[in-house]
Amino acid sequence: MLHSNSFYRLLLRLYPSSFRSEYGAEMLAIFAASMEAARGRVGRVALALRAVADVAPNALRAHLDVLRQDVRYSARALRRSPGFAATAIAVAALGIGATTAAYSVLDRVLLRPLPFPEPQRLVRVWEDQTFRGYRELEVSPPNYRDYKAMSRSFGAMGAVMSVSLNLTGAGEPRRIDVSGVTSEVLDLLGARPALGRLFSTTDDRDGAPGTLVLSHALWMSRFGGDPSVLGKSVRLNDEPTTVIGVMPPEFSFPKRTVEAWAPMRFSESDFQERTNFSLQVYARLRPGVSLDAARAEMNGIAARLERAYPKDNAKTGVTLTPLQGNVPAQSRLLLTALFAAALGLLLIACTNLASLLLARAVARRSEFAVRAALGAGRERLLRQLLTESLLLAFAGGALGVALAAVAVPLAGRLIPESLPVGGQPGVDLHVLLFAGALTALTGLAFGVVPALRACGGSEGLRESVRSGAGRSAGRMRAAFVVAQVTASVALLGACGLLVRTLWSLQKVDPGFRTEGVLTLGTDLPMPRYLKGAVRDPFYDRVLSEARAIPGVTAAGYISFLPMTMRGGIWPIGLAGKASEAESSRTASLRFATPGLFEALGVPLRAGRLLADGDTLASPYVAVVSESFGREAWPGENPIGKHFFFAFEERTIVGVVGDVRVRGLERRSEPQVYLPHRQMGDDRLPWFAPKHLVVRASVAPATLVPALRDIIQRADPQIPVSDVRMLSEIVHEDIAPRRAQARALAAFAGAALILAGIGIHGLLAFSVSQREREIGVRVALGAQPRDILSMVVQHGVRLAAAGVVLGGLLAYGAGRAMTSLLVGISPADPATFATAAGIAVAMAVAGSLLPARRAVTLDPVRAIRAE
Amino acid sequence: MHEENAPPAPETLLPLPEAALYILMSLSDEDRHGYAVIQDVAARTRGEVRLSPGTLYRSIQRMLEQGLIVEKRERPAPEEDDERRRYYRITPLGTAVARAEARRLAELVRLARASGLAPQKA
Repeated sequence: MLHSNSFYRLLLRLYPSSFRSEYGAEMLAIFAASMEAARGRVGRVALALRAVADVAPNALRAHLDVLRQDVRYSARALRRSPGFAATAIAVAALGIGATTAAYSVLDRVLLRPLPFPEPQRLVRVWEDQTFRGYRELEVSPPNYRDYKAMSRSFGAMGAVMSVSLNLTGAGEPRRIDVSGVTSEVLDLLGARPALGRLFSTTDDRDGAPGTLVLSHALWMSRFGGDPSVLGKSVRLNDEPTTVIGVMPPEFSFPKRTVEAWAPMRFSESDFQERTNFSLQVYARLRPGVSLDAARAEMNGIAARLERAYPKDNAKTGVTLTPLQGNVPAQSRLLLTALFAAALGLLLIACTNLASLLLARAVARRSEFAVRAALGAGRERLLRQLLTESLLLAFAGGALGVALAAVAVPLAGRLIPESLPVGGQPGVDLHVLLFAGALTALTGLAFGVVPALRACGGSEGLRESVRSGAGRSAGRMRAAFVVAQVTASVALLGACGLLVRTLWSLQKVDPGFRTEGVLTLGTDLPMPRYLKGAVRDPFYDRVLSEARAIPGVTAAGYISFLPMTMRGGIWPIGLAGKASEAESSRTASLRFATPGLFEALGVPLRAGRLLADGDTLASPYVAVVSESFGREAWPGENPIGKHFFFAFEERTIVGVVGDVRVRGLERRSEPQVYLPHRQMGDDRLPWFAPKHLVVRASVAPATLVPALRDIIQRADPQIPVSDVRMLSEIVHEDIAPRRAQARALAAFAGAALILAGIGIHGLLAFSVSQREREIGVRVALGAQPRDILSMVVQHGVRLAAAGVVLGGLLAYGAGRAMTSLLVGISPADPATFATAAGIAVAMAVAGSLLPARRAVTLDPVRAIRAE
Repeated sequence: MHEENAPPAPETLLPLPEAALYILMSLSDEDRHGYAVIQDVAARTRGEVRLSPGTLYRSIQRMLEQGLIVEKRERPAPEEDDERRRYYRITPLGTAVARAEARRLAELVRLARASGLAPQKA
């Protein structure tokens, strides 16, 4: 009997304690009586089961009753103080919105698995030439063929090469970004087309009819989303090509900018060059084969290939990197920093809310004391207060999610383009769940402390509302304010470092002059333009007509503009030194026409520029950048020196300034410029000059129609693409930096506002608590100046504590972000001084209103009020 | 917690949960404690309806809040009283609500009868 009672007591714990203390004893008595009346063990067991079936649902309903009551009561209480409610909801919205937005980007890039089946088995295969400084190098076609034939670790291996091709036969000619893929690639990813089919081995064969799979975006923009596009014939670089499939919108590979996929075909001649590092190779591990086992196998294969081709494959290994989680370290760091900043902001929002609620709880202490006296238990009051804070949190959370929905697409710029992550990040179910959990947590975090303080035991009525409770709540709020200033200073410091980085990048000399320069792309369709005899007249005609336009001061063609293509790197062989393949020196190769350096504004340092007389009939010459000469022949004049490069021995005839080919942030290889007439036939068609650079003394944009016209007349099949100012290209190069600085600045700004609200709230509260004391001081002769400085000093003291702690935190954050910083140390004193100054100014601003109130206080009324 | 000042119109509380109507019926002749309500309802319905303690006390809590019943201040003579027991008394509002509910049910039955769905009056 006894233990059946304790069983029922346990059941009763399911009820809210207010209900239990009211009715528990009677319910237990009834249960005990029924137990006594029950016949036999079976009867008693049945009774116990009935009790469970009775108590469980009724207890749940009792909880819901309490909740409903609390929500009603809270809503009424909040309606009575709309200013408080609006502030609290806005603060919560800011914190939750920022964190949700940061999370949705973080989730998409770092947390979520790649959108392919079993992504952990996907790997990227690279050649490893660490001795030259390249641990991850694209694979040459012959090595790709050998890796594929010799390895057993992979279920499939395929190669990708991204190219730009001219699409004609579907509206205006247009250049599109195409990913050339072997037939295995899309299959090994596990991709499925939305329409039609993917490539099969028959599409791969050299000489097979051309086929094309469209991205969803290209299908929509170019073909109006028409399903009958399947089987339609278009022309890609003049080749008749049939559309065979359309990918779903979320599919993106190998990067987000790819608009279509076409089969990549090899001819026997492609397999001749083992140093043509041009293929991105992907593979899927066979089930049960670990990455380490595959690495071991590939190292063995690399060693065998090195023995077989000692010249080309000298010191060449294989690197395997998993596709999953292969986010560039900088992006990873940046996103982590962003999320940390968002959490910092959330922390500020929570402490701010806790502080607001604490002040409110203290102000309502007498109300609670009265309710406690009327029989409301502590648990009941606690629940009530938590309901109120959760209600505020959820209102703020809903608003925050709306904020995040607006902010997230803007934050999309922070996702590196090289990731196969399709579509734009948005607020989806996953993110909503996160936001919901975050909101609940936030509500509890800022609700619990004030609730506990407000219901702080039985001293409720006894303790004077003014003195004790007010003071200890004040201390706690002061701690909150210090935490807020700390977090704001840390955010300001980190943001300042990124802004300074942006500034110092903007000051970096790109190596060319951007003012008044227009650039545009004209890809010559191959194989029509493989021969110099066809190509050169095109350049001659376009350039001479362009130079004839009034206002044009220079015009030239180059293979790739700086900062748009970072590759095209070749090994350099120096006469009398190690062979070309073994050389650890590399340089970027560009073919250029005369006029190019004048148009780009790259200065000549010695010798001469490329000239019209540099043809296949004359000796092979090269113009190199200063760093090339400095590294190869330190202290010597490089003019007249010879070196092996891109199949030939070449003589240096000129030296020009260095150009930031790889962008403002990274070290670039030295540059080698070769005359376009010495390209030869059927050689390196990828390097055929395609970017036209025009320098003008008039507004360059006005030249566009004339230039289009010139190209149209020279060859109507060639689309004009990428019409941009040279300055835009530099601007684009640091665009991610600008986005980073903006994102962090937005967080830091929001943090500053919240901390300001926090300081203002605390001081306003403390002034109202100390009205009597202030009144007495004034009555005893204190001057307004003294009162003012008393209040402002209070605010500044708290800010100072926060500045010290925040400075330390900012320094730590700066150290962690070192690899994101350029041209600035993580301990930059100017940045920290600025952050501290802003925080103190904010503290003073936050103190002004409460200080004014204190100064204008009527001492007589203040003293009498008690 | 009960901030509503004027009592609500009886009709706003309809339809009444079945358990609540049984409890009001039981309290309409005399003040009773919880267990007595259970026993009385069982007796009235010849054992058909046995209110479970969970249902009973949750109903009582709601009815107290709605003002249909009150907890009685004066207790019976000490020798009859069990400390644990609270006695409940129906309020005028409770009586009015029970009447309104009975009228509603009677009307329902009248309509059912008119449709031939219920036996004619004996």
